[in-house]
Amino acid sequence: MAEQKTIFAKLKRGLFMTHTEIIEKVKESLTPDLPLDQSAIDGLEEGLLGADVGAELTALLVARIEKRVRDERVTSMERFTQVLREETRALVPQREASTIDITRAKPFVILVVGVNGTGKTTTIAKLAARWKNEGYNVILGAADTFRAAAIEQLQMWADRVGVPIVKHKAGSDPGAVAHDTVTAAKARNADVVLIDTAGRLHNKSYLMDELSKVRRVIEKELPGAPHETLLVLDGTTGQNGVNQAAGFLEAAKVTGMIVTKLDGTAKGGVILSIMRQFDIPVKFIGVGESADDLIPFEPNAYVDTLFE
Amino acid sequence: MFDNLQDKMDRVFKTLRGEASLNEWHIDNALKEIRIALLEADVHFKTVKDFTARVRERAVGLDVLTAFSPAQQVTKIVRDELQALLGGNEVGLALVGSPAVVMMAGLQGSGKTTTSGKLALHLKNRGRRPFLVPCDVYRPAAIDQLRIVANNVKVPFYEIGDLRDPIQIARNALQEARTLLHDTVILDTAGRLHVDEELMQELTTIKNDTRPSEILFVADAMTGQDAVKSAREFDERLGITGIVLTKLDGDARGGAALSIKSVVNRPIKLVGVGEKYTDLDVFHPDRMASRILGMGDVLSLIEKVEADVDRKEAERLAQRVSKDKFTLEDLRSQLQQVKKMGPMSQIVNMLPGVAGKVKDEDIDENAIVRMQAILDSMTKKEREYPQILNGHRKKRIAKGSGTSVQEINRLLKQYLQMKKMMKTFSKGFGARKFGKMMKGLPPEFLQ
Repeated sequence: MAEQKTIFAKLKRGLFMTHTEIIEKVKESLTPDLPLDQSAIDGLEEGLLGADVGAELTALLVARIEKRVRDERVTSMERFTQVLREETRALVPQREASTIDITRAKPFVILVVGVNGTGKTTTIAKLAARWKNEGYNVILGAADTFRAAAIEQLQMWADRVGVPIVKHKAGSDPGAVAHDTVTAAKARNADVVLIDTAGRLHNKSYLMDELSKVRRVIEKELPGAPHETLLVLDGTTGQNGVNQAAGFLEAAKVTGMIVTKLDGTAKGGVILSIMRQFDIPVKFIGVGESADDLIPFEPNAYVDTLFE
Repeated sequence: MFDNLQDKMDRVFKTLRGEASLNEWHIDNALKEIRIALLEADVHFKTVKDFTARVRERAVGLDVLTAFSPAQQVTKIVRDELQALLGGNEVGLALVGSPAVVMMAGLQGSGKTTTSGKLALHLKNRGRRPFLVPCDVYRPAAIDQLRIVANNVKVPFYEIGDLRDPIQIARNALQEARTLLHDTVILDTAGRLHVDEELMQELTTIKNDTRPSEILFVADAMTGQDAVKSAREFDERLGITGIVLTKLDGDARGGAALSIKSVVNRPIKLVGVGEKYTDLDVFHPDRMASRILGMGDVLSLIEKVEADVDRKEAERLAQRVSKDKFTLEDLRSQLQQVKKMGPMSQIVNMLPGVAGKVKDEDIDENAIVRMQAILDSMTKKEREYPQILNGHRKKRIAKGSGTSVQEINRLLKQYLQMKKMMKTFSKGFGARKFGKMMKGLPPEFLQ
C-alpha cells in the first residue's frame, strides 16, 4: 500500500487544490454561521472544471458540498477537505479497485479498443510485461492492420518483452488475425491473449461494425471470450470521453477502462462521469513510459489526489 | 444540442416583453446556458469566463429589435464573438527559406506522423517538393510508420541510417534536402509531455538548429481542459506559429480549439478530418463556432438550404422537368441556386453519409463558374431553344465567355444527358419528390 501511495504521488503534480489562491479563497470564507462565499464556490468549481469533471457533475458536487458546509457549519479547512473527499468519493459508484483476474479462464482473452492515439499498443506492451513477469504465458495479436507500421510497433514490443506475436500482412482482415491469435493461444497453451485493434473514432459506424465482427470472431472461436474488452482512454480527453465509452460499449461490449497519459498535468476527471453513467470500472492508469508505470486504479486514492 | 441551447435561451427571454432593451437579468440567465454549453464542449473554464464577460458587455442595453427574438440576438453575438476569437480569415503556411522547414510538435497520440504525411501530400499537390524527416527515435516503429506514410503519399523520405539522435537527424536531413533540392522539410518529432524537461529541451535545440518557418502544434480535438497547459508550454518553449487540430471527424465539440487559440493566439492553420491522406482541410472559424455551440454541419446545411433555395423556384423547375420543358434557361437558374449555397466542397461534405467520402479535389469549383459564364453569354432565345445553336453562335458564345466551342459542346451534351435522366427520374418520382431532388446536386458537377 505504501508503494501504491508513492506511485500515486506521481499524479499529484500540479493538482489544483495546491493552488494557494484557491485554498486561501476557501479559507477566508469559512466563517462560523455563514455559508461559503461566492469566491470560494467559484474556486472549488473552477478546480473541478479544470480537472475535466464536467459542468453537470461539477454543479451537482458543488451544490452538495455547499449544503453540507452550511448544515454542518464547517469552519476548518481540514474538515472542509474531508467533506470534499467524501462527497466526491460518493459520486463514484464503484469504491473498490477492480482488478483483472486472468486465472478466470485459460487462455484469458483481452481485446483492446479505443480511438486513435490513446496508447493502445503501448498499454498492451505494459500489460504483457506485467503478466510475463508474473510467470504467465502471454501471446499478442496484431489486429491493427490499418495504421502504417502498427504491426511493426507491436512486433518490436513483443521482441522487447519476449512474448510471441501473431500477425498478418498490413491491410489484412483484423477478424482473421484475432481468430488466428486465439487458435494459436489454444494450441500453445497460453495463459493470456492480448489483441490490439486499430484506433477508430466511435462515430464511424463502419469501423465500429468491424470491431463488433472481430469480437464475434473471438467469441465463436472460444466461447466466453473475450473475457475482458478494455477501452483505452487518453487521460487528456475531455467530455468526449463519455461518447467514446458509450460508442465502444455498444459496439464492443467494453468491460473495463485503462486511462493513459496521467503523468502530465491532465487529471482525467471525465472518468467520474463515465463510471457514473456506465458500468465500466477503470482497471489501470498509465503514469509514465515504463512498464511499471501502468498501475492498478484505486478509486479512493484517485479521488484523494484531486484534493491533495 | 444547439436546439437545446436555443430553446433554453428562448425560455430565458420569454419573460422579456415590451421592454426596449435587453436587461441584465435576462442576459445573465442566458449567459448561464451559454457557459454550460461551452464547458460541455471542453472550452477551458477561464476562456469561458472571459468570453461570457465579453458577450455580456455587448449584450447589455442592446435594443430589442422587432425582426429578431432576443434569444436570436444574443446567439448572434455569441457566434460572432466565437468566430472572431477563433480567427478571421484563412491563414496559409509561411514557407520561407531554402529549404523551408516545418516542424511538427505535440503530445503523444495527437496525430503528428499522420498529419506530416497529409501535409506533405498537400504541399506536393501545390507544386512544392517536400521531404519527410523522422525525428521520433523513441516510439517503437515510429520511423517505419513515417517511411510507409511517405511511400503512400509518394514523397521522398530521409533514411536516418545509424543516426539515433533527433538533433543530428534534423541537421543532416537539412543538408541532404539542400543537395537534393527539396524546398520543404517536414520534421516529424516525437510526441512528448510538456512537463518532460529533457525532451522539451531537445525540441528547442532542433528549432535553433533548423530555424523552421513553421512550428505547428498538433492537437487532438478531443482534448479537455489540459489543452491550455500543454499549448502554453509548447508555445513558451518553442514559439509555435500555428495549430493543427486533428480528429475533427470525431464527434467532439472541439472546445480545445478555442482554449488553445485564446492562450497562444496563433492561427489554426489546418484541420485533420479523416483517415485518408487527403483528409486535411483549411480551418473554417464559422463551422468551428457552430460546432462548439453544438450545432452540427447537417443542421447548418439545412439552414443553408432553407435560407438560400427558393422553394417556389424549385417547384417551378420540377414542373418544367415533368413536362419535359427543362431548358438551358432552367439549368442556369438551377446553377444560381446551387452557387448561392456556397462552395460545392462545403455542401457535399455536409451531406450525411457523403461527408468525408467526396474529396475536395474531386470537385471542380471552376467547372460551375465556366458553365455559368457560357450560359450567361447566350441570348435568352438560345437558352430557351438550344437547338438553334449553330457553329457561328457557339463561336460567339465561346468568345464572350472566355471558353471554347468544345466546352460549350460538352455543356450541351451534359444538358441533354441531364434532361434525359431527369425525365426518367421524374416519371418514377413525381414532381414533388423531384422538386426536393433538384435541391441536391446533379452528378455532372462531380468530375
